[in-house]
Parts: sequence; C-alpha cells; structure tokens
Amino acid sequence: MTYIPHSPKERDAMLAAIGVNYLEDLFKDIPAKHRYPKLDLPPALTEMEAAAELGELASGNENVQSDLVSFLGAGAYHHYIPAAVDHILRRGEFYTAYTPYQPEISQGTLQGIFEYQSLICALTGMEVSNASHYDGATAVAEAANMAYAQFRGKRSRVVISPTVHPQYRATMRTYIQGMGMELAGDDPNANLDAGPEALESLIDDNTALVIVQYPDFFGRVYDFAKLIEIAHARGALVCMTVNPTALGLLKTPGEMGADIVVGEGQPLGIPLSFGGPYLGFFTTRKQYIHKMAGRLVGETVDNRGQRAFVLTLTAREQHIKRERAISNICSNEGLMALAAALYLSLLGQTGLRQVAELCYHKAHYAAEQISKIKGFSLCFDAPFFHEFSVCCPRPVAELNDHLLEHGILGGYDLGQDYPALKDHMLVTVTEMNTRAEIDALVEILAEADHD
Amino acid sequence: MTEPTIYELSSPGRTGVTFPVPDVPLAKLPQNLLRKELPLPELAEVDVVRHYIALSKYNYSVDDGLYPLGSCTMKYNPKINEDTARLPGFAYTHPLQPVETVQGNLALMFTLQEWLKEISGFAALTLQPAAGAHGELTGVLIMRAYHRDRGDPKRVRMLIPDSAHGTNPASSAMSNLEVVQIPSDARGNLDLVALKAACDDATVGLMLTNPNTLGLFDEHLEQVIKIVHDCGGLVYGDGANLNALLGILRPADVGFDVMHFNLHKTFSTPHGGGGPGSGPVGVSEKLADFLPAPLVGIIEEGSDEEPPLFGFVTPKKSIGRVKAFHGHFGMMVRTYTYISMHGPDGLRKIAEYAVLNANYVKARLKGVYTVPFDRICMHEFVVEGQWAEAPGIRALDVAKRLMDYDFHPPTNYFPLIVHEALMIEPTETENKRTLDAFADALLKIADEAKTTPSLLHEAPHKTPFGRMDEVKAARELVLCCWLPEDYGD
Repeated sequence: MTYIPHSPKERDAMLAAIGVNYLEDLFKDIPAKHRYPKLDLPPALTEMEAAAELGELASGNENVQSDLVSFLGAGAYHHYIPAAVDHILRRGEFYTAYTPYQPEISQGTLQGIFEYQSLICALTGMEVSNASHYDGATAVAEAANMAYAQFRGKRSRVVISPTVHPQYRATMRTYIQGMGMELAGDDPNANLDAGPEALESLIDDNTALVIVQYPDFFGRVYDFAKLIEIAHARGALVCMTVNPTALGLLKTPGEMGADIVVGEGQPLGIPLSFGGPYLGFFTTRKQYIHKMAGRLVGETVDNRGQRAFVLTLTAREQHIKRERAISNICSNEGLMALAAALYLSLLGQTGLRQVAELCYHKAHYAAEQISKIKGFSLCFDAPFFHEFSVCCPRPVAELNDHLLEHGILGGYDLGQDYPALKDHMLVTVTEMNTRAEIDALVEILAEADHD
Repeated sequence: MTEPTIYELSSPGRTGVTFPVPDVPLAKLPQNLLRKELPLPELAEVDVVRHYIALSKYNYSVDDGLYPLGSCTMKYNPKINEDTARLPGFAYTHPLQPVETVQGNLALMFTLQEWLKEISGFAALTLQPAAGAHGELTGVLIMRAYHRDRGDPKRVRMLIPDSAHGTNPASSAMSNLEVVQIPSDARGNLDLVALKAACDDATVGLMLTNPNTLGLFDEHLEQVIKIVHDCGGLVYGDGANLNALLGILRPADVGFDVMHFNLHKTFSTPHGGGGPGSGPVGVSEKLADFLPAPLVGIIEEGSDEEPPLFGFVTPKKSIGRVKAFHGHFGMMVRTYTYISMHGPDGLRKIAEYAVLNANYVKARLKGVYTVPFDRICMHEFVVEGQWAEAPGIRALDVAKRLMDYDFHPPTNYFPLIVHEALMIEPTETENKRTLDAFADALLKIADEAKTTPSLLHEAPHKTPFGRMDEVKAARELVLCCWLPEDYGD
C-alpha cells in the first residue's frame, strides 16, 4: 500500500490543469534509455503483513529486556526510561516537525531545545550548549575541528588519550584525514596504567586540543584539573568526553576547567536501539561560541512583547557560510535532545543522583565479588564509576560464550582494541542489574574457571 | 500565553520518578571526586507532561497539515514505522552484542543495503552516516581517498553548482578541498561551458543535486557527467531530491559514482524537529573498497536448511568509521517498513505523484507568481515572492502571511540564485483539496500584497507568537535558563 491520497478523477483533473495527458508526460527530461528501471524488490505488503514481517525480524534477536541480562556497556548503556519520555516523543507535533526555521509556529521545538541546552549546561557545569551533534564520537571529532578553527589552523596537533573510546578515536582519524591535523597519543600500546599525567609530555606549543574521557574507556575516574592547567599553560584547549549518568554524582568538567565538554547522551532516556539514533551533546565556554558548530537557540521577544525563542548566531552555519562554515552539520538529533530533556526533567536532581548512586554501588559490589573469584582480579586501582576492567584467567570470548548459554550478556572484550589487555573484560553495571543477577554472573564466571 | 520554562516550574523536593533502594551494600563514595550541587529542576511527572504538551501545541507539524519546505521532503510519516522501530526486539539490543544474538537486526540491515542498492543502481552501500550532510562528508572523503589511492593526490578542487545546498561546499571544506562554484544557465541547467572550463587534472569531482534545488532535472545530465569523467573526476549525487526519481531513474545508471540518501526525506522517517536523520551512501564498484567500516555482510553462507550468518565486514581500503556503532538503526527499521509496504510499483508511484503535485501547484500559481524557470518541474519548484506592484513586499512577508492561513511556509531565500525565492515541495502525500487550499491562500496573499500590504508586513496575526526580535537574541545571547536565585529559600 502507499500513502498517496489521490483518486483517479483528481489525478486526471490535475494533469489537465498542468496541460498534459499522462503522468509519463512529466518525465520527458529523464534520459529515455534509463527511464523506468525494473526494480527487483519484493512486492508491496499491507500494513498488517509488514507488521508481521518486522515482528519476525525483531524476534530474530535476543534483547536485553526479556532475553538477556546485560553487563555490556562500552559506550551504550541499558538504563530505565520513564514511561512519560516516549509518550511525549510520540506527539506528532514534536516528531513530525522539522528544524524550527519559522519561530512563530515552532516555539514548542525551540523552547524544548533551549531547555535542553540549559539542562546540559547544568549537568556539565559549562556555559553554552548547542542543539546537538549526531553522537558522542562525532561530537569529539567536531571538537577537534572547533579547536583547529579557534587557532585559525596555526596549531595543528590534537592530543587524544588512548583511553578515549576506541570507536571515537577511529571516528576522529576519519574526520581529520583531509585536514592536515596531527594526532598524538592515539596509541593502544601506550602504558594504560598511567593516569592523566601520561599525556603531559605530548602537549606542545603546536597543540590545539587535548581530549580525555571521563570516566575513561576502562571506567576509571580521574580529576583532570591539573592536566587542564598544564594544557592551558601551553596555550591548548581541553575537551572532555563524559558519561552524563556519572555527572549525577561526580565533579563537573566545568569545575575542572575544561574548555569543551561533549559526550554520548544515550544514557539519558534513549533506547539502545542497536547503536542509534543517539545524541551527541556539545558544550563550551561563552568565549568560544563563535567557533562552535551546530544550531543554537536563544531567548528573545516577539512583536507582541512575549518571551520567545529563536535559532541564533546562524551566520556560523553551512546554509549561510557554505565552505567557510566550521562544520557541515545540518540535521542534528533534535528528537533525541528532547528525550534527554524529558529524562532530566523527570528525574530531576534527586532522581539522577539516585540512578548514579545505584550504578556506583552495584558496580562496586559486582567488582568486589568478581575479584574474589580465583583467577579473576581488577586490572586498575583507580576509582571507577559503573564500569571496571577485569583480568580474566581465560579468553573473554570463551567466558562470554559460557555466560550467553546462561542468558547473560558478558562484558566488552578489551583485547579487541588493546593488545596488552588480552583476556581483559570491561564489565558494566547499571541500576537495571539486581543483586541476584550480579550474583549469578559471579557464580557462572567462577564455574567457567573450573571447566 | 507563554509557557514557563522547566526551571520556572521547579519546586524543591519534587521528583517525577523514583528508583528502588539499593539491594547491595553501599560502597564508599570518592569524596574528592563528587560534585557539590546538581542544579536540575524538580517536577512531578504531571508537571513535566503538561509542560511538554503545552509546548507541543506551539508547534506546526506534518500531522497538522501541509509542510511544503523545498528540498526537505516533509511527507507524511506513517504511524506503523513508529511501532516497528520500537519493537523490543529492536529497541533493546545493544550495538556490541555478539552477532549470533542479533541476526534479526543484521538481516534487516543487509536487506536494506540490498534494497537501497537496487533502487539507486549502486554496487555497494554503507548505512553508517547519521544524516545527509554526514553522508556528504563520507562521500567526499571516499572521492579523496580514491584519487590518492590511484597516486593522484594533486586533485584538490570540488566543483559545486551555484544552486547547491550549503552542506555541499561545507562538506568539501571539511575534507580540506577547494570549492569552485559553477553557474547555472538560463534554463536552470548547469552551465556546460563553465563546467568544461573548470574541469582539469586538479578536479576531485562535481557535487550535483539532480533534480536541482530549482526542482529541475538537468537536460544535459549525461553530458555533464561525461565532462567530469573525461577529466578524471568523479560525480557525487546529493540525494536530497531522490523522491522525484524513485522507480524513474537509478542515479548509478547514468554514471553517478557516489550518492547519499536521506532516509528522513525520501523514505518517510520523521524529521523530529531537526533530526535524527539518516544518510546512507551508495558507491560504484570502483569506490566500494573505500566505504566506511564496518558494513553488514554474510560471514557464513546459508544452506537449504540454515539461513546465512550475517556479521560485519571491513572494506579493504576503508576511509574508517564515520561515527560510533552502526548508524541510525531506528531509522533503518522505519525505512525497511516503508519500502516493504511500497514495493517497486509503490515507489514509482511516490515519485510520480510528488511530481504531479508540484506541477499542479505551479500551474495554479503561474501568472500571479513569477516562475523564473518555467519548465515541467520535478518534485519541487521555485517562485519569486515579489511584485513590481507591491513595493516593499518580500518573500519573507509572503511566508509569514501563509501561517495565518494555517500552512507552514515554503523554504525561502533559497536557492540563492533566485531573488526572493519561495521553494515549494508539496510531496506526494497531499491531496488535491489541500493543494487547492494552499494555492488559493498564496493567490489571495498575492492580492493582499498589492492591496493591503500591511497585512503581510505585520503577519502572522493568528499564530500564538508574532515575528521575533532576532537582533536582540544575537546581541544578548541568552542561551540557558537556571534555577531562580532564591530557589529553595
């Protein structure tokens, strides 16, 4: 079926008004020999049949709600999403609107983004937030573009910690391949035991930006204030990519002095959905606003004296600046930003702190129990939030196969990205995991060691 | 009638959701690493719901009516798509699960890759890019990598028509390419003489939107492509306007080398107030090895009894990944649903009726509105929002006045090559009655422009908000709200 509402009579009347006889008459400019290709696609389904087919495909997966207990994170997290979030997202007024180019009839979207910007600033301790990027990885890559632009190309080195998410580092490499930037620190064979001080020697007078992750990819939490001070002393900017749930509990990057704070907003009310759509949040300090990419909503008044909101500083963007724009971003993650705003509004300061503490306590319980199993130990001594790295007595893939047989989705195999961390598993625990599930994980890991 | 902000609605001690008490012993918190305060608002669930419902009522959306934004393809978003994308089997799968546990997702992605290849004619395709502009960056990086791989790194110039979307030059600049603008000719086609003059051994390629942003199919398309290929360049297709070509023409068949799709335009995934979109990229055989990694492939062939095992594969000379994980999977589910319900005949019908609707509205407006390039158009067309008899009236005034007739205005001031441009794309999902009402409104406004211009200058009148002080917004830069200073006192 289609969603085309014309009756044959209406169609004919319209063709007559245009002055042609047939629909085919509208396509004479198309090269004749290529016109109307025969498409080898399955015949059309009705809605009922499509619903059944998609249901069938969906049931071909094992999901973390009803089939599996998940201890997998590594950049995407299974959190509870309050019911009201999706009820609001499903309002056609929000999801079937587009970019609020016409503020008179888009105040819902505009005020929604303005509040999202406010909530993200409150969470990160920063001064300005844009209306979103595609995801955490692209937000990090755009931070490098921004810093490069801030220094007008005169500083070309970007220092990135090897403990930034491997896929974010990969995205960064892709983004800068044409830009003539030099990437330092992107070395999976570096000393991974080292803290922030390991980056100090890489920051030179040519460094535009230093990028660190908080908590880092291994779950560790460091105070970056000293590193930021050193970077600033050498004239460089610092970008922190952060987990927003952790900020329910932990010291803000703003307080540490970061210049750009970005991250993956998926934990804020957005379903796992096999990796997307997610939400890249992006914040900075007011002094750098003109080099920040992406849309921005600002407060103003309308001609009736009412408080209202508009897209502002649009002269930074591609549709006006074209090849001189900082970024090509146009569509962003509007509806996902609304999801995050809803999530943060519903949880408020009490709820978010509660989620963060639950994650923290449960992860620490799990870590303690796992470290008691013979052959297993925690790899690092540093404080951690809701993820931790475990040295295992056997290959992670084998352990995960065994866990999967018991309905448990095990942690991330760090050996995939870090040769030195062969047999190391990154375990993630959130508020969704019960003590019984953690105990089951521990029991099965202990068993696996005896097999 | 303004709605307070979420912070103004906050009251100490409330929360919209609570969580269970810990069922594990409490661990010691790292005191030196804790934040001092968490200044988020405090509301009950009902407050939050009423706030956002109030805001939703200030929005105009496709579900409210015609949204004829040119080059945005604001077609109706089928409701079934929203249901399928939220099936727990899809929504609760983690992107890093073992492939054996997500064969449904991978089968869907693999099939969608095949379908989009079939629809466009391209040999290989990635679903990873998050939006159209992201697809452009991907495509441009692929073109750059291709030339460098051939040992031809001196190619640094991208040719871009003057009618192109701003994302095209911006995407080229993000790959450090130099942009050369190519003018249009008197019939709205690319100027062949200028194109020939610009093509040389430093040309990376041409980024061509076809039909272009005037809604016109280039009458010399095959020549254009040949000229670029003859100088060793590649031709990039901006798929923003693919809605006009479904089942009509496969871009790869006429020689396009690479193209991005906009699933949120052509394939009905909702625009979400500005996103998320999805921007898959198709490429010809010679560019297949450069696609971003990973793609979905068959890693173990199936048999009569067993389906194949799907997994991830990395192209040999991949430019790398362009984002984390696998792309906007939720948008892929919606697109899969949409294509499966249309089949080959339904897809062609989409293009036919999109083009019918655009030409019909154009026919109704002609004579009253100046149509700068008066040819049979494709899915959209451009008129001028100005009249000699109505001095002082601009396209902006026409656009604002349309809101008083309950329509979303068209794109205005784009493309840049038409004065006071109004770019109208009705899409195929609008019926004749709606289009007539829209045309009637525009005709009436043209009349008002000449007789009572103040109606236009002061428009909109009937919307909840009037025209905005954009200068104040940019000058004062109030970009955040906070808890009031006396909060909690």
